[in-house]
Amino acid sequence: MPVLSVTAERVLHPLHAILLAFPVAFSCGAVLSDIAYLNSAVIQWSNFSAWLIAGTALFGGLVLVWAIAAFVCARRSAGRGRALVYLVLIAVLWVLSVFNSLHHARDAWGSVGTLGLILSIVTALLALAAAWIAYSAPPRAVSREVAP
Amino acid sequence: MSARALTALAAVLALAACGGDRGLDQQGPEPDLPELAQTLLPTINIASPAQWNGETPSVPQGFTITALATDLAIPRQMLVLPNGDILVAEGTGSGAPKMRPKDVIAGILKARGKSATKGGDRITLLRDADRDGVAEARTVFIDGLNAPYGLALIGSDLYVANQDALLRFPYQDGQTRITTAGQEVTKLPSELNHHWTKALTANADGTRLYVGIGSNSNAAERGMMAEQDRALVWEIDPQTGMHRSYATGLRNPTALDFNPATGELWAVVNERDEIGPELVPDYLTSVREGAFYGWPYSYWGSNIDTRVRPQKPELVRRAVAPDYALGSHVAALGLAFAEGPVLGSTYAEGAFVGLHGSWNRNNLSGYKVVWIPFSGGRPAGKPVDFVTGFLDGNGNARGRPVGVAIDPIGSALLIADDLSNTVWRVAPTNRPAAPAAALPPATENEGQ
Repeated sequence: MPVLSVTAERVLHPLHAILLAFPVAFSCGAVLSDIAYLNSAVIQWSNFSAWLIAGTALFGGLVLVWAIAAFVCARRSAGRGRALVYLVLIAVLWVLSVFNSLHHARDAWGSVGTLGLILSIVTALLALAAAWIAYSAPPRAVSREVAP
Repeated sequence: MSARALTALAAVLALAACGGDRGLDQQGPEPDLPELAQTLLPTINIASPAQWNGETPSVPQGFTITALATDLAIPRQMLVLPNGDILVAEGTGSGAPKMRPKDVIAGILKARGKSATKGGDRITLLRDADRDGVAEARTVFIDGLNAPYGLALIGSDLYVANQDALLRFPYQDGQTRITTAGQEVTKLPSELNHHWTKALTANADGTRLYVGIGSNSNAAERGMMAEQDRALVWEIDPQTGMHRSYATGLRNPTALDFNPATGELWAVVNERDEIGPELVPDYLTSVREGAFYGWPYSYWGSNIDTRVRPQKPELVRRAVAPDYALGSHVAALGLAFAEGPVLGSTYAEGAFVGLHGSWNRNNLSGYKVVWIPFSGGRPAGKPVDFVTGFLDGNGNARGRPVGVAIDPIGSALLIADDLSNTVWRVAPTNRPAAPAAALPPATENEGQ
């Protein structure tokens, strides 16, 4: 008779969690540097924003690949729903951060402006929401057959 | 990604963002100016380099073009010495630091339209004593320079504008090499050096030198701290090196020359990018003492560039509109006023302008040398194509004109081409060659 072992399997791979941390920190930082630029017109703040948003797009892209894989691999229906929401959030985050990167590549005031700030804020909210979902996922119980 | 695919992508995105080319009339004293439009992805379309394969640029009937010298190391500006020898400044600026992801990407893309040759950091002397259109002697005239660009001769003093300093060398008639170190007349602004070229000319009596100093950004995106002593023309006392701002707000004055008919200083200036394919026209203008020409706060007079904050309405109010638009993004880099009917009576009063060619619009513009007819000291009429064919039929560039110079002794127009590393010479076909006895052959041969 087979022996069943029930273990708690981690939901986020450590590497996935580390990659996800970058868009969270970068996108929130970009909001702050955008605000600092709009308040001061000191160009260096817009340079910070440009790099932070480019970093968001880069790491967001890597996380997106992982999110797609996680969705495809999610087996249980409950986990699948959560994975789908996560995938959609990350996908929108990535598209917006690429768009925002191009917007921030404009020169001087044109790089931020109202649209740039709105894009940065929405991107940051998406990153926070995606991270909340990913990091708060309950451990899944997995039954495995083990050798007696 | 291929250049064509990239171009197509840029075109799609540009059109999606309403950055289309409307075919406005943008040549002459009052160019049509569209609304300012920033696209999501700046349009980048640079002609890919191609080979001449024995062909030459096209010139009007009655003229002949020859390659006076080839295999130069990025020729930029030229100076014809009193004895007919031709000096060619060769070099490339060191390049401003990359501050944003965009700087990195744009640098890679724009490099595709340039020659892979390293700038020579030298001046080459060409001698074509028999005026057959091919230099029979060539020497490295001055070596070890730092991105030399502007050249001027006052009496026996040769002035060379490096990217960071104005140097003086003693010159004797017939000399083919200078080995003495240059004396520094004054340092020139060189922090960052986003626009590194230092155009140079001397007034008629040799009492003042004028240096064109380009801006450190496209539209102040490095901050106004970086624009100290930039985007202006300096007037320099050649004896003491003392200098002052002669005119300001000139984004990138790449060539200066005096109009011999009026004694006025004129400049070609490259205007800003990334606000549409038809903004802002590059221009030819008389440089009025004390005038402010708008950059970065406004363009073509008082049209405000919304990218620049804080704005300066008090400066914009007194911004002077330039005299004559050459077209948007044509990249005017050469200016030479006709010195009488050197090239025949049609080209007796006016200026030749070298147009390096565009990158910031889909319809390639520039990539030729045009003639701007003048009357009574002012431009009179549309630009006339003088040397064309730098683009082949497939939108590839075989050459890109930079400096232009009149050779009054050889009755010719000289054109420096920094893509094919050639100096072209255009002369009337049926003019008898000058007597060859004027100069002995140069003693040192072939600089490299």
